[in-house]
Amino acid sequence: MADHKHSANQNSEHAFVRAEDAPLLPPPATEAGITGWLWQNIFASMADFSSAGASLRSACVAALTVFLLYFGFAQIYTLLDFGVFSAVWSDPDELKREACWTVDQGGGLPSGWHAACWPFIYAKHKFIMYGAYPSEELWRVNLSVLLGIAGLAYVLIERLPRRREVGAMMLTLYPLLCFILLTGGNLAIPFGSIGLWLIIGLAVISLGRLAKRGFLGSTLSEFHAFIGLTGWAFVIYNTVRGLGAVDFGLEPIDTRDWGGLLITLVVAVTGIVVSLPLGIILALGRRSEMPAARLICTVFIEFWRGVPLITVLFMASVMLPLFLPEGVNFDNLLRALIGVMLFSAAYMAEVIRGGLQAIDKGQYEGAQAMGLSYWQSMRLIILPQALTHVIPGIVNTFIGLFKDTTLVSIVGIFDLLGAGQSAIADAAWSTPVQATTMYLYIAIIFFVFCFGMSRYSIYMENKLSKSRRH
Amino acid sequence: MAAKVTASKMNISDEVMISMQAVNKWFGSFHVLRDINLTVHKGERIVICGPSGSGKSTLIRCLNRLEEHQDGEITVQGITINNDLKNIDEIRRDVGMVFQHFNLFPHLTILENCTLAPIWVRKMPKAEAEAIAMKYLERVKIPEQALKYPGQLSGGQQQRVAIARSLCMEPKLMLFDEPTSALDPEMIKEVLDTMVALAEDGMSMVCVTHEMGFARKVANRVIFMDEGQIVEQNEPEAFFNNPQSDRTKLFLSQILDH
Repeated sequence: MADHKHSANQNSEHAFVRAEDAPLLPPPATEAGITGWLWQNIFASMADFSSAGASLRSACVAALTVFLLYFGFAQIYTLLDFGVFSAVWSDPDELKREACWTVDQGGGLPSGWHAACWPFIYAKHKFIMYGAYPSEELWRVNLSVLLGIAGLAYVLIERLPRRREVGAMMLTLYPLLCFILLTGGNLAIPFGSIGLWLIIGLAVISLGRLAKRGFLGSTLSEFHAFIGLTGWAFVIYNTVRGLGAVDFGLEPIDTRDWGGLLITLVVAVTGIVVSLPLGIILALGRRSEMPAARLICTVFIEFWRGVPLITVLFMASVMLPLFLPEGVNFDNLLRALIGVMLFSAAYMAEVIRGGLQAIDKGQYEGAQAMGLSYWQSMRLIILPQALTHVIPGIVNTFIGLFKDTTLVSIVGIFDLLGAGQSAIADAAWSTPVQATTMYLYIAIIFFVFCFGMSRYSIYMENKLSKSRRH
Repeated sequence: MAAKVTASKMNISDEVMISMQAVNKWFGSFHVLRDINLTVHKGERIVICGPSGSGKSTLIRCLNRLEEHQDGEITVQGITINNDLKNIDEIRRDVGMVFQHFNLFPHLTILENCTLAPIWVRKMPKAEAEAIAMKYLERVKIPEQALKYPGQLSGGQQQRVAIARSLCMEPKLMLFDEPTSALDPEMIKEVLDTMVALAEDGMSMVCVTHEMGFARKVANRVIFMDEGQIVEQNEPEAFFNNPQSDRTKLFLSQILDH
């Protein structure tokens, strides 16, 4: 130890003074670079030959690795072979089902052939995308979807200016526009009833204002937010109904003719967009100090969580009409939509409540001590942090909701899966691979959407954790 | 540390800042504050000390209604603290508070932490709020950190930001709840220096702290609490050199003799 000097205090054997800094050395090969990656991720668990037992274990791990790699690649190859290499891609002679028949079945493909029959998907594509939506009106669906994608992309890309304003438009004007474009308006709703309900809504809002000022006694003043919200719900619902009743010169299209991916997107997007704010309100309500608000929210959440979605959809479509007076008739799709919204809002509320509980009490106190009101501290301090914590849970609920939309086919609404299934029943395309091809195609569509959501959530998490490193 | 705050700078006026009359508080059946009577004048600097669980923090948290008292009367700047939310809002606007664990908002930058309350509570334009925030960040000597997030700062820096954040509301009274207890030893001084500077400017302060050097230097009065009661209060010299109560003597012997 040449560079260690024992000169300072020779009397004590513990005395030590460093004269030169220890050198900074590069890391060993097992810690950095490609070798390091391979070592840490693949070979680390199978390179210990220090004893007989350890060597046996390493050999087993190596064998297992090779087997799993083989198994994985074999599966991927099978899938690619089915979907790409051996698949039938075109049907130039318009043979329909015979294009995908083997020699044994009377077609031209070699015996034992088993792969995707994509011409079947081309032929049914319009149906599984739009259902029975009239062909000459498809531009309305396409325009809605394109506007939606453009708006969503604009809001998700962070460098663009005025994202907040665009986002607000996407949440207010865009749904109205879609509603008019997709249904065509011109619904048979008397304007008198809409006007009456609008006036009632405005009256309830005014009542909420009066209650807030304390003119109606302390009990009602505690519920001013609830009264106000109810009023706004009336006004918004009837504004939408009023718009729907206007004749825009578009051909009205009954929701019974909607189908396929269109239905899946309408149900999923509505459910996602509504369940988040509703879930936030329910979660805050459940943690509220006001017993009435807490009770209402808890009962609501537990009720909807306690019922399977299939039951909800059945109740909405079969039972509800029995209780409504004669002549009052909700649209079947609207009933399913409301069911899905409330159902997913209850789940969302519990996810968000988890996030709220993870926030340190000091954050609430810090906000309070600075004089922020309850709603200000929730909006500016608590919710941004709570929602960030539970992004994985929120996106999980979104993905679950997106896939659960397939259940609407049980009440006679043909979503993507339902439309695909009824397309399979077409005898003109009857082949042994017909169903498999369709399910593969539907699976790819679902995967693209769900994987997209999942990746965006991971991106958001990384971004937020980078800027707020603790 | 800065020199001892001289008597000429003390500027204690007759105006009453805080008045607590026969205040009692219970947590469930536990009687946490017992018959508290305290008057603090404008410009006074009070240090509250005492063993843990003696109700010191609870006392100052009652002064801005982070805790609710059940009995007695508390007025701050002449405004009575009761269930009237308007009064509470008004008091919180004028009373700054610094916490043991800083309670900065981790999702906002230092500057945003400082401008939040001026913008949303005082309805100040953003540019003006930022100017004020920078003024106070310079005063606590960390203007260069303005665009960082709290998690990127050391504990001492975070606590100085927390002080600056409170000052941005231009409070008439500052409450400190054990501001140095969660800090590493080498960071305590920078926070105490900031607090001493604040005291020199004549800020009314109520500090719960065990920093007896700070108490000697800055306080007009030291209050000793035990079991929810004010056991003894006196000017710092007399308090430290000539404690009267046995409990005070015991407490001082425990924290001063190492």
